[in-house]
Amino acid sequence: MIQVRGLTKTFGPKKVLRGIDLDVGEGEFLTLVGPNGAGKTTFLRILATLSRPTSGQATVGGVSIDQHPAQARRKIGLVSHRTLLYDDLTAVENLQFYGRMYDVTGLAARIEDALRQVDLYFRRHDPVRTYSRGMQQRLSIARAILHDPQVMLMDEPYTGLDQQATAMLRRVLGTLAASGRTVVMTTHDLELGLEVADRVAILSGGKIGFQSPAKDLDVQQFRRIYAEQAG
Amino acid sequence: MEFLRKAGAVAWKDLRAEWRTREMFSAMFVFALLVIIIFNFALELRAESARALVPGILWVAFTFAGMLGLNRSFIQEKDRGSLEGLLLCPVDRSAIYLGKMLANAALMGVVELFILPVSFVLFNLPFGTLPMLVVVAALGTLGFAGVGTLFSAMAVNTRAREVMLPMLLFPVAVPLIIAAVKLTAGILDGLALGELARWWQLLVGFDVIFLTLSFMTFDYVIEE
Amino acid sequence: MAAKRDWWLWALGIVAFIGVFVAGYLALIYAPPAEGFSGNAELAQRIFYFHVPSAWTGFLAFFVTFIGSIAYLWKGGRKWDILAACSAEIGLFFTTMVVITGPIWAKPTWGVWWTWSDPKLVTAAILWLIYFAYLTMRRMVDDDARRARFSAVLGIIGFVDVPIVFGAARWWGQSVAHPIVVSGGGFDVATKMLTALMFSLAVFTVMYVVLLALRVRAEHLADAVESLKTRE
Repeated sequence: MIQVRGLTKTFGPKKVLRGIDLDVGEGEFLTLVGPNGAGKTTFLRILATLSRPTSGQATVGGVSIDQHPAQARRKIGLVSHRTLLYDDLTAVENLQFYGRMYDVTGLAARIEDALRQVDLYFRRHDPVRTYSRGMQQRLSIARAILHDPQVMLMDEPYTGLDQQATAMLRRVLGTLAASGRTVVMTTHDLELGLEVADRVAILSGGKIGFQSPAKDLDVQQFRRIYAEQAG
Repeated sequence: MEFLRKAGAVAWKDLRAEWRTREMFSAMFVFALLVIIIFNFALELRAESARALVPGILWVAFTFAGMLGLNRSFIQEKDRGSLEGLLLCPVDRSAIYLGKMLANAALMGVVELFILPVSFVLFNLPFGTLPMLVVVAALGTLGFAGVGTLFSAMAVNTRAREVMLPMLLFPVAVPLIIAAVKLTAGILDGLALGELARWWQLLVGFDVIFLTLSFMTFDYVIEE
Repeated sequence: MAAKRDWWLWALGIVAFIGVFVAGYLALIYAPPAEGFSGNAELAQRIFYFHVPSAWTGFLAFFVTFIGSIAYLWKGGRKWDILAACSAEIGLFFTTMVVITGPIWAKPTWGVWWTWSDPKLVTAAILWLIYFAYLTMRRMVDDDARRARFSAVLGIIGFVDVPIVFGAARWWGQSVAHPIVVSGGGFDVATKMLTALMFSLAVFTVMYVVLLALRVRAEHLADAVESLKTRE
């Protein structure tokens, strides 16, 4: 579903990504971990077509993000730690807007469905500025799945969430994983990352230093390897 | 058609969000009103010259208020990260431009619609000229918002964002402002439309050329 | 190695250097006083040989920026960005000369330092502001690629705007007679004055080319130094 070959990204003199090769199969849940500044967010943004790579290729669902970015966008849903929502509009209005931008058919039904999935249906007519951070994050996920993308990219979704919100997010992620979508998630939390993933990878020094199926590792091993890799 | 629909969705979203709080509109309106009132007050002392300066005063009020709105429109998007939300969508970047431009122009236009009658009262202007003035204001606003939307998308990505927009926009908008002021003056003085032909040409010409240019180059400005 | 490639630059530089003195002589001594000028105004009028070529060079520089901007957006490549930006810097310098010499000429001739009725002065002032905004904007953007893209867009829009500004300003004011030293198609100027003017024009153009070449090379070198610094 996702193929990355030799992806690099340079910001002025700084080389953030130094040649990433990665494959993510259909329906697979990949957790990408790495120290701060390793380039996780940069990598995800490139996959989401928000940023252009300096060199290298990537295809999402068979579509090259370099040559056909608009097509690729239809297949991708992004959840970042910014909510990408409009505070002054209600949940429904936000989803109506994004639904129109993504040409979603049967929009009203899709909106109801998405809101129920993230358990926000009862607050749908409240402006987003009245939501807690956890609720905003959930609405952000609803926005991301509204157009039924084949690929979900999630950039540190657990950031800033309290216990209850984290628990709810775990549930939602579990549902996503089970729904057959391909998911790439970056996180700091090794335990949560390992728990929900099919495969894990460590991004360090601008390259993928380590990959493994999740079931072959336990948390201790993972922590050890991570400490080695991240230096 | 899909293109226009999406541009419309962007414009509608901006306007609907603004309607909720009306913050920007209030700021713009109050600012323009203050300009008008202060000039009216200051020039009261030399009544004869006041009338001749009205076109200039009006357009100072409009452009400065417009600048406020243009600035905030993109600064808000950038700070909340919602600009990225827009860029994620499978939509032509120029559709985003069109939508934003229309929303900015509409907001400026509404402010002008409120300010014009107030100016007419304060400066004792002939009400019969109001319809034509609305036309001039509309065309001027379109051009101003047209280039202004492009430049504010640039300015918001620079370090001195509030200062950058006026610095970029005013020199480029000079022909537009000249035409608008000349037309306003001509209409208020009751000149025949034929005499003002060249200014109409300048105004419309500016709009066409720069709206097209901005439309074509917006892509380069908005992408990362 | 570098010296061999440079010979043309050195040649042009020497030509420009000598040319400046010759042009000075032509302007101040060789050229006869313009008709209708006397006293201070006559001396001030000679600044025309400096003022007009400055304006021409400023405009030429902006045109080069325009071409560089289009090339950058169309084909990409840092060299076009460098060309556009360096030309803009030099253009700003020459345009500053125009805006300074204008009033020096105007005061004894028209009695005022500045007037908005003259389209050429207006255009020069606006051109200056656009250049200045262009260069300021470049300093305010940190990312190289983004700075280049923004500059290119501004370079195009600014350049298209200039003739429109000129037209608008011309319609706007009743032109206080911009001293018809050189007018429209025909020159009502003695041949000697024409010679002085043309020579000045040529010298300024050569100066521009030399300055541009030096500036562009300095930028390329700076780039090379940067990449050496960050190489591991």
